[in-house]
Amino acid sequence: MVEVTLWGSLAALAGGKSKVEIEAKDIRELFRKLAEQYPGLEPLIEKGIAVAIDGTIYRDTWSKELPQGAEIFLLPRLAGG
Amino acid sequence: MNFDPRYSGRSFTSVGTRPIRPDGVDKVTGRARYGADFNMAGQLVGRVLRSPHAHAKIRKIDTSKAEKLAGVKAVITAADLPDLTDGDAAMYDILDNCMAREKAFYDGHAVAAVAAVDARTARQALKLIEVDYEVLPHVVDVDEAMKHTAPLLNDAIFTEGLDEKPVKPSNVTKRTQFGHGDIQEGFGQADFVVERSFKTEQTHQGYIEPHACVANVSSDGTADLWVCTQGHFVYRQHCAQLLGMEASKLRVTSSEIGGGFGGKTHVWAEPVALALSRKAGRPVKLVMTRDEVFRASGPTSATSIDVRIGARKDGTITAAEATLRYSCGPYAGMWAEIGAMTAFACYKLDNVKTVGYEVLVNRPKTAAYRAPSAPMAAFAVESAVDELAKEIGMDPVDFRIRNAAQEGTRSSYGPVYGPIGIGPTLEAAKNHPHMKAPLGKNQGRGMACGFWFNFGGQTCTDLNIGMDGSVSLAVGTVDVGGSRASLSLVAAEELGIDYGQVKAVVADTSSLGYNDMTDGSRGTFSSSMATISAARNAIKVLRERAAQTWDIPVDDVIWEKGHAIAKGEKYGNLAALSLKEIAAASGKTGGPIAGHSELVADGAGVSFATHICDIEVDPETGSTRVLRYTVVQDAGKAVHPTYVEGQYQGGAAQGIGWALNEEYIYGKDGRLQNPGFLDYRIPVCSDLPMIDTQILEIPNPNHPYGVRGVGETSIVPPLAAIANAVSNAVGVRMTHIPMSPPRILAAIEAEREG
Repeated sequence: MVEVTLWGSLAALAGGKSKVEIEAKDIRELFRKLAEQYPGLEPLIEKGIAVAIDGTIYRDTWSKELPQGAEIFLLPRLAGG
Repeated sequence: MNFDPRYSGRSFTSVGTRPIRPDGVDKVTGRARYGADFNMAGQLVGRVLRSPHAHAKIRKIDTSKAEKLAGVKAVITAADLPDLTDGDAAMYDILDNCMAREKAFYDGHAVAAVAAVDARTARQALKLIEVDYEVLPHVVDVDEAMKHTAPLLNDAIFTEGLDEKPVKPSNVTKRTQFGHGDIQEGFGQADFVVERSFKTEQTHQGYIEPHACVANVSSDGTADLWVCTQGHFVYRQHCAQLLGMEASKLRVTSSEIGGGFGGKTHVWAEPVALALSRKAGRPVKLVMTRDEVFRASGPTSATSIDVRIGARKDGTITAAEATLRYSCGPYAGMWAEIGAMTAFACYKLDNVKTVGYEVLVNRPKTAAYRAPSAPMAAFAVESAVDELAKEIGMDPVDFRIRNAAQEGTRSSYGPVYGPIGIGPTLEAAKNHPHMKAPLGKNQGRGMACGFWFNFGGQTCTDLNIGMDGSVSLAVGTVDVGGSRASLSLVAAEELGIDYGQVKAVVADTSSLGYNDMTDGSRGTFSSSMATISAARNAIKVLRERAAQTWDIPVDDVIWEKGHAIAKGEKYGNLAALSLKEIAAASGKTGGPIAGHSELVADGAGVSFATHICDIEVDPETGSTRVLRYTVVQDAGKAVHPTYVEGQYQGGAAQGIGWALNEEYIYGKDGRLQNPGFLDYRIPVCSDLPMIDTQILEIPNPNHPYGVRGVGETSIVPPLAAIANAVSNAVGVRMTHIPMSPPRILAAIEAEREG
């Protein structure tokens, strides 16, 4: 079980919850279960969400494991120049 | 992906050296081919008709007279680029920006295009196109656009992110919020509070090369596109989607690039060129004029930002708050959101809150510009930080060191930081001789910090070893700053061969798997990871070939310094085989030797910089001169230090122009008044001092060599560092960028008049 923190706009789509607990071993499973439990998140997950694991931001590595006790933070997928 | 990206702490032979870049000779002798340097047999000239109005309904477009003009081969409007975006709002905005549909949203918005046998005929044809406009009220100022009385750009937009769903449409597309703690409680603990409002004007990336392409759609439905871009694979996806093509049938080749800085990360004129070619049945070259580049491509947001920061007497910040309003042009963006995330990222704050508002205005579609949105936020925050240090009576560097984020700090945008470099850059700045150099009359020194995220992304690389032992490296990230040299160094390092044996090229979209574009400071970070992986895969093959030659198990063969070596005493008589020897025999040991890699390079690691600037201001005229400038930034590991320094200097140079001169100036009619380099003044060599650099190397744990992106962070601190320097020189807090001579003079006179 990992605790996941959602940024403001995402929390609104998860029924106002800024923290949710999910049983997930990697980012792929996390996104799948988030979409199942909070269908409002699915379009944003499809568009792209970044996941910060202990401060390091992952945008596309859905196979990245979520270590027990790690800080998991969902962030908008940003543009760069 | 079977690749371990963790930092290994290894030592280097090639990486960290400074060889000449492989594209250098062609660039200085004029042989390098940019977007407009490519031609095809039978090629037509494309030209675009643009709206002269800032906001207008398009009632009707009559192209019949233009179509009848001799030499005109195709005329297109939005009808020739129908909406195939299937509900993808971001792509629809790109499509509408390429060719206006119901409305023209800004001065310069494309409304029709022609392809003709020559430029003169094309220009004549544009004059024959009749557009019936209903001119609408417009708004170009970000604060004005937020008012309830402002003309609405799009009555289908209702502000997202509000507690209550709005019932009226608005130019504000979204509100976002970041932060933690309790700012009211934090301000209650403060002995000093600074509160200020700031504005920054819209600037262009100022790339010297305009958007340019040659498109050729064949009658069998396949197509070629030669184009100046930061991401040819992304351009292929965009163009294929917008024209209803299969991506594999469109081959996109990236030319050399004369600057992009974020402005060449999505399509502008390329779908138009392809649509013209499809209709005309001939190749079409389309090159924007400088006027078009300014009016219809690129610019960053104009902003309006309020900042409030409180601190105790001992110099500890107790609360920080910012409200950031960013213009997006006529289409929704996430520019204020990024500003809200980056604003206070340098600091360790218990109580912080940032709110961003995305605002539609009748200006060109906002595009990314080098660490997009961060420089404006840093200008506001770092100006207030400097002022607060002064009020407390602390040295501005010491004040920042006291409050700097460190490993374990909760960032203002949410996650807790891992190992980061803000503290070391501040310490290096504090100890730099620049900080102790004396200043003269009318001179001021300023310093500021900056933050940027850095990204990785999808990356694909091929490494082929020729029979003569030379190595071809095919990468898919466009080389915007010397990455072919850096990646050749990386290949040489892994293979244990000389840099001169490696030749890197940027492969076209039909030759390599998909690559994300060169943005987010990802080029060298991502493609070096893929190059390491490809080289290691090639080494596996080299070892297998040596094992076959010696007729021994491959596990007994190791790779060292460019040679296969049979390990163990039983192989004592076997002489090592060089890469060249193995390559020469490859035809008889299994054929060509190559290494391939496809991976997602993630874990780029955030980046920090501290800049120091000395400015002299003429109090009679308000004109400024940058006397000295120093950049201190963490590179993780500088693969090619000269090009890292180049990125540092380039970011600082662009920041200097932004801070002191550059600005979009609109008339009351909503038309851009200065769409050219004579009236929109970017810095030239004589405006700049030698920009000194100091590279710090704090390894990124998520890259085998410790590499971090370096391309963008260097543009984040300059606006603030220069504003602090000017403010210190004239004794007045500067709050409006650019600090052009009239603005400085006005600030001095206002202070005199009290």
